Amino acid sequence: MGAWTERQRSILDFALSSLLRRSGKNAALLAVYTGVVFLLASAMFLLSALRREATLVLADAPDVVVQRLVAGRMDLVPVAYAERLRGIRGVRSARPRLWGYHYDPARKAPFTLMVPLDGAPQEGTVVLGGAAARLKRTAVGRQLPLRAHDGSTRTLEVAWILAAESELVAADLLLLSEADFRAITGIPAGSATDLVLAVPNERERGTVAAKIAQELPDTRSVQREDVLRTYDAVFGWRGGMVTVLLAGALFAFVIFAWDRASGLPAEERREIGILKAVGWETSDVILLKVWEGAAVSLTAFLAGTLLAYAHVFFFAGTLFARVMKGWSVLYPDFRLVPAIDPYQVTTLLVLTVLPYAAATVLPTWRAATVDPDAIMRS
Amino acid sequence: MRKSSIFLGSAAIMAALLCLCLLHAARAADAARPAVARRAATVKALGLTDLCLFTDASYTRHLALADLHSPLQEHPLCLEHFPAGSLAGPPATLGR
Repeated sequence: MGAWTERQRSILDFALSSLLRRSGKNAALLAVYTGVVFLLASAMFLLSALRREATLVLADAPDVVVQRLVAGRMDLVPVAYAERLRGIRGVRSARPRLWGYHYDPARKAPFTLMVPLDGAPQEGTVVLGGAAARLKRTAVGRQLPLRAHDGSTRTLEVAWILAAESELVAADLLLLSEADFRAITGIPAGSATDLVLAVPNERERGTVAAKIAQELPDTRSVQREDVLRTYDAVFGWRGGMVTVLLAGALFAFVIFAWDRASGLPAEERREIGILKAVGWETSDVILLKVWEGAAVSLTAFLAGTLLAYAHVFFFAGTLFARVMKGWSVLYPDFRLVPAIDPYQVTTLLVLTVLPYAAATVLPTWRAATVDPDAIMRS
Repeated sequence: MRKSSIFLGSAAIMAALLCLCLLHAARAADAARPAVARRAATVKALGLTDLCLFTDASYTRHLALADLHSPLQEHPLCLEHFPAGSLAGPPATLGR
């Protein structure tokens, strides 16, 4: 056992000396490799944390939301529809929901106006989400003028600002009373934005949705499972976000591995020839290259993964923030709860280290099985 | 000191740090449980359906409720142009 370990360490010493002889080239290689792992791991950690947050937080989203469509566009739904929906077996309650958008041209930001289902603010007051309060530069007790649909201005008093920890779901909200909401948006009494249904039995929701489509053909239903599926798809591996974030990193890695696999540089081929000429076995040469590859790929994997963890969970994914924000003026200030497990780390290891190891060993095996004289002369 | 000792030592330190990250993640998730529960309570009380992540367009602000083709119908010949649209993608209900 001791002899075997000593042999491996001696070959590792030789491999590290060999890497250090080409230190400039290998440092660049290590930097690029670490960068690729960093990008892949950052995207993986970010998406996994967002997916878990969405799953946990939206687990209490409305059971079913019923929207009315007119000419293919969402339209106001008559409150009287709620009465008809209450008659469907399995529906415990059907309540109209009032919400909409309010664009502030001065700040170029669209806010979400909403009347809470329970505990709406008193008439004449407003409750703000954290990002909305920051952008409006207001505080509790101050007056907040809002331009109504008819051009008039309705001034509301800021009753309170929602806790910072709720920003991921409520950053841009302006919560109002029903009277203020209708006065500002012009939505007449008897109409609502959509209807929220309580269907406690999860297995009945599909049947209820089918009955709604039959009863009210101009509507469509969005079940809670659809909401969760949407976020699972957005933050899943096949989501648009991953495609954007990972396409560059993956292409870089493919080019990089292809470059290694397509052949060894003349200098490395000569080195293999000399080693074989002085008595190294083919298996020793392959072992040397395996250690070289392992030293580079393991360092890149560990450094890239650690940097990615710090980037996403200690520095709030700063590098991706610009991509996530897009043209948003209102953006929540939030810290993601880390969501990583050994399975994810193993997947990352397999995705990043194995292709590189294979790409290193194959050309070495090809070169090491050729006559050393032929290699040194070529 | 042998080069292999330096390499193996630094790899072991980084591997230990990675294990600490896994431990940190598990502890942070436990510690955040009450805050997550309060966020879920906000969602329930207000009847919310979406995360407030992409606020640049209405169909990306409320991904779960967006019309299937709303990105293209803001005005005639409108093409999807918001950066968030390329990140968020269409709702899961598309094509069903």
